[in-house]
Amino acid sequence: MSTPRNWHASAEALLLPVMALAAALLLFGVFCWFGGRSPLEVWSILLRGAFGDAFSWQNTLQRASPLMLTALAVALPAQTGLTVIGGEGALALGALGCAALPYIMKVPGGVPGSAMVLGSGALLAALWVALAGVLRQWRRVNETISSLLLGYIAIALFKHFVEGPMRDPASLNKPSTRPLDASLQIGAIAPDSFLGDVHWGLVIGIAACVLFGAWLSFTAQGFSLRVVGGNARAARLVGLATDRLVVLACALGGACAGLAGAIEVAAVQTSANASVIAGMGYTGILVSFVARHNPWAIPPVAILFGGFAAAGSLLQRRLGLPDASVLVLQGFAFVCILGAEALRGRLVPLLAARPAFGVIQGKPAKPAQAVAAAEAVVDKAAA
Amino acid sequence: MNPDAWMTLLFAIVGGAVRVGTPFLFVSLGECLTEKSGRINLGLEGVLVLAAMAGFAGSYLTGVWWLGVLLAGFSGALLALLHGVLCSLPRVSDIATGIALMLLGTGLAFYLGKPLIQPQAAQIPSLPLGWWSASSQVQSALAINALFPLGVLLAALLHWGFANTRPGLVVRMAGDSSDAARALGYSVNGVRIAATTAGGFIAGMGGASLSLYYPGSWNEGLSSGQGLIAVALVIFARWRPWRCLGAALLFGGAGAIGPALQSVGISGGYYLFSAVPYALTLAILIATSSPRGSLRGAPAELGVSR
Repeated sequence: MSTPRNWHASAEALLLPVMALAAALLLFGVFCWFGGRSPLEVWSILLRGAFGDAFSWQNTLQRASPLMLTALAVALPAQTGLTVIGGEGALALGALGCAALPYIMKVPGGVPGSAMVLGSGALLAALWVALAGVLRQWRRVNETISSLLLGYIAIALFKHFVEGPMRDPASLNKPSTRPLDASLQIGAIAPDSFLGDVHWGLVIGIAACVLFGAWLSFTAQGFSLRVVGGNARAARLVGLATDRLVVLACALGGACAGLAGAIEVAAVQTSANASVIAGMGYTGILVSFVARHNPWAIPPVAILFGGFAAAGSLLQRRLGLPDASVLVLQGFAFVCILGAEALRGRLVPLLAARPAFGVIQGKPAKPAQAVAAAEAVVDKAAA
Repeated sequence: MNPDAWMTLLFAIVGGAVRVGTPFLFVSLGECLTEKSGRINLGLEGVLVLAAMAGFAGSYLTGVWWLGVLLAGFSGALLALLHGVLCSLPRVSDIATGIALMLLGTGLAFYLGKPLIQPQAAQIPSLPLGWWSASSQVQSALAINALFPLGVLLAALLHWGFANTRPGLVVRMAGDSSDAARALGYSVNGVRIAATTAGGFIAGMGGASLSLYYPGSWNEGLSSGQGLIAVALVIFARWRPWRCLGAALLFGGAGAIGPALQSVGISGGYYLFSAVPYALTLAILIATSSPRGSLRGAPAELGVSR
């Protein structure tokens, strides 16, 4: 099956995001130039701050690991055609659930105990996000709006419990829950190597992306999930339990974001406090869109945006740019990535300046439709 | 609590309904106009934050409050224009674009607004509608944002315009049947871009009301989801401008419960009360959506309830 169309599609899958990100960096450079900074300097600091030396790599990887999980929180529901963006709230609930478990029961020390606190965070967040899926399937409530509203409510609950009933009296300036027992905390992978204090969250994040990618590609259940996203009516006609699959995808996505929050508590903050809510849920949305909701593409994209976030503090120190400059760069990247969608299916013909095989109608974001349309084109050409 | 405290609480909530509800009113009217043309703009959250910053900057730099409001409107229109143009490209979803603009608008506002966190700017004046009363509580509850009557006027104008003017009918046609609009020779994308941009201008004025009236200063926590709540309000209001007014007041009242309780000395559960508007929005979304899919009064081309 090495038709020109296939070759075009895979070349585009790589070229389009790269071009979009380049355009975003260009825009960001021009934006900083208006503020009186040299774009060249901005780009070089971005690069050095993200990937310049061992220290910046450590910083980058630390920031990338929660992004992988919050991106999965968008990517998994997206397989069924849902746009769920409540990752930030799910992350907060995950952190809360992780810190709360020792309050309500005796947790054993060591790895089983760590697994239990992480699991409790993931479970709480999974139930929360599953609610958005339930509302979507049974009441047709728009899941984008409901998941974001649920997210705001989750953040309010988090603040209520952290600053109220669960507050550690010893935390004076920064309200926090009681710190996790040292035996429950998650440590560095290899503290004496070049990885420094990069913790096990990175391994968990990459493993989750790889496993969920494999689940979607190689299992019947993963495939049926994508069928629901491609054409819900067809899925129902062939007897798939559409409602259950949608809720499952939402719950798994929520579990991932919750796990990210739990890991932030167990590996970085040691207790649940306001530092956990740092916008990683929102950045995860962008990461998932750049990766086109493909779990296998998420780790490299997360590392890239983790790198930009890491470079943010260097931009702040060296050039005196506000800390929100990373948000601006993310915004530009998001706009460029969406704009690049318009070029899909036209890019290679445009670059090679030769006529296309045929124009594919419909939305390639939905794999089933795109494959059907592509096959129709190929069949027609063969006949 | 004694009767006096109850009265204080009641007036604080009634006054708060207008004070907190004004931004909701403008954003929901802006979204109503956008959605009538057949597109949903979730990016109004970003528009609101960016416009709040721009309005504050304009008022701070010129010392004239209405120049700030105008600047807020124009900055909102600019961001909404970007939304309109992006969504007109093939295969670009309006939901995804809205999320992108939420991030971009917030990012730009935080970046450009960094130097504005400390200073004071000329505020939007308040209209003393409580002049007849001797009670200071009544007076402070009825001292309303000068933008609020403008918002009411705008609701009336939109209501009349959608039914009686050519542009109003064209916008509705683009929202109900793009084929019909095309058949009559109108550019559907053009109409939608225009409606989205105008909607952004209106929503932007709501942003100015945040930074120039209540809370009345610029900071990064100024809006957390008000723009998004307003989007949901439009569904509740069944895409009718008049009902947007009622919905905005209802939500303003809900949002005022937390601060009102604080003003009479009840501060426990502050965060829980701050979540009331979100919970109320969700409850209303659930109650007004139907399992069958189609929402009564929804523009037919709209993707809210696919």
